[in-house]
Amino acid sequence: MNRYQVQKFGFVLLGVVALIVVVPILIVIGAIAVRGIAAIDWEFLTAMPRDGMRAGGIFPAIVGTLWLTLGTALAAIPIGVGGAIYLAEYARDTWLTRAIRLAIINLAGVPSVVYGLFGLGLFVLFLQFGTSIVAGSLTLAIMTLPIIISTTEEALRSVPTEFRTVSASLGGTRWQGIRHIVLPQAMPGIITGVILGLLRAAGETAPILFTVAAFFLPRLPQSPLDQTMALPYHLYVISTQVPGMPKEIQYGTALVLLALVLSLNIVATVIRSYYRRRREW
Amino acid sequence: MLLPWSHCWDSSLTLMAKETVPKIRIENVSYFYGDKQALQDVSLEIPAKAVTVLFGPAGGGKTTLLRLINRLNDLVDNTRMTGHIWLDGQDLYDPQVDLPTLRRRVGMVFALPLPLPGTVRENVTYGPELAGVHDRAEQDEIVIRSLKQAALWDEVKTRLDEPAGDLSGGQQQRLCIARSLALEPDVLLLDEPTSGLDPISTAKVEATLQELKEEYTIVIVPHSIQQAARIADCAAFFLMGEMIEYRPGEQIFVNPREKQTEDYITGRFG
Repeated sequence: MNRYQVQKFGFVLLGVVALIVVVPILIVIGAIAVRGIAAIDWEFLTAMPRDGMRAGGIFPAIVGTLWLTLGTALAAIPIGVGGAIYLAEYARDTWLTRAIRLAIINLAGVPSVVYGLFGLGLFVLFLQFGTSIVAGSLTLAIMTLPIIISTTEEALRSVPTEFRTVSASLGGTRWQGIRHIVLPQAMPGIITGVILGLLRAAGETAPILFTVAAFFLPRLPQSPLDQTMALPYHLYVISTQVPGMPKEIQYGTALVLLALVLSLNIVATVIRSYYRRRREW
Repeated sequence: MLLPWSHCWDSSLTLMAKETVPKIRIENVSYFYGDKQALQDVSLEIPAKAVTVLFGPAGGGKTTLLRLINRLNDLVDNTRMTGHIWLDGQDLYDPQVDLPTLRRRVGMVFALPLPLPGTVRENVTYGPELAGVHDRAEQDEIVIRSLKQAALWDEVKTRLDEPAGDLSGGQQQRLCIARSLALEPDVLLLDEPTSGLDPISTAKVEATLQELKEEYTIVIVPHSIQQAARIADCAAFFLMGEMIEYRPGEQIFVNPREKQTEDYITGRFG
């Protein structure tokens, strides 16, 4: 083989690998969409479940998941982004910051059920939030933090140091440089990280299992200290715990969860491209 | 042997008439990056309203010295400095010194033109904005004044709201000069400001410097010996962290006193 053939072979190989990544995703989405679409109508999206969840809608689960995601965002974004700014921009390389980084990496590897148990111990029992949206959101937030911190830190570090130097040379304080130059530059990356983290939180079952999720609660949550149904847990319940469950409701629920997550993804993409268009260098 | 104090104007130079007190006095400065020594006991006095050139082969400590004058090297971790730098009699490394204020007085232009994200106008107003100038009319005045000073106004007056990144390389570099001038500094430090530019843009920047020295104290690391010889009122030759020779430009390039300087100028090494 001459080098052009080698190059061609390489391209083909990489293309095939890319396809291998994409195809299973398309199959999963396609299969769920085809089987679930029949279940989806206005009632399914806006009504309470009936007949032991075998009929009616999944409205409380949808609302519950939205509340949990919002709560997670409120708790995780300020802490995560703030922590990342500290680590990337202010912290010197000491044993303390190294320990913090190590902790973050390890936190990312902790199984989600462990977060669930931790949340049960800390928020539900010790802090006496009870099984509630607050407890569930905080648990999900802790699980999300490593993703938000590491992607945000990465985004901040990818902004060339020279910008900080230029800002300083023009009489800017460190914070002014971060606020006016670095953060806007890093925003697309930060938003991606935040949304990725929130998406994971929205789809998790184990962390909400003990902290917030109700098996069957055919009403909307009344306050942040109320329990709620949530889509991932509901899906788990109707797939494994309820005998005689109509298949189309299971697939329909999965489709709704998927659609919710994908639409958040689209929102992220739109915000990102908006910021990217404003980045003019 | 060098005198402990090398006064650029210790000769017949006409600078004597202009200013007799040095603008910047650098006194026994040594500087370390970790264990590596970048500057070794450097002392010199930099006159006001003149172009002082720091030249020599790469790694000689020129840029480091430049960045010490407005304390930009404070941003670099694990470094150490001994000695003193005085600006108008004020010790710059006194703990009382407010860095943003100092850096407004001592502007810096870097080797690569790096416009900030945003428009031409936003680049010029960035510094004043941080310094608390929010009034639009006042900002407009600053924009016009500094772009004119940097000899850029005629080329960009219709493009003020375009992205700074759309300007040509030479225009970007003059924009960076304008950006520093917007703060009305006393001193302008330039680190190889023409290294990325074509000869025409280079000539424009050099001409700009000649005009600016009527008002500003200019310290520059040139990107070639030819440039150094063209613009230097005073010139200091740096070799491996040591200042070998510091004399009026018209003498050092024609009739260097030290062997090492001569070797470098005549191209025998470096």
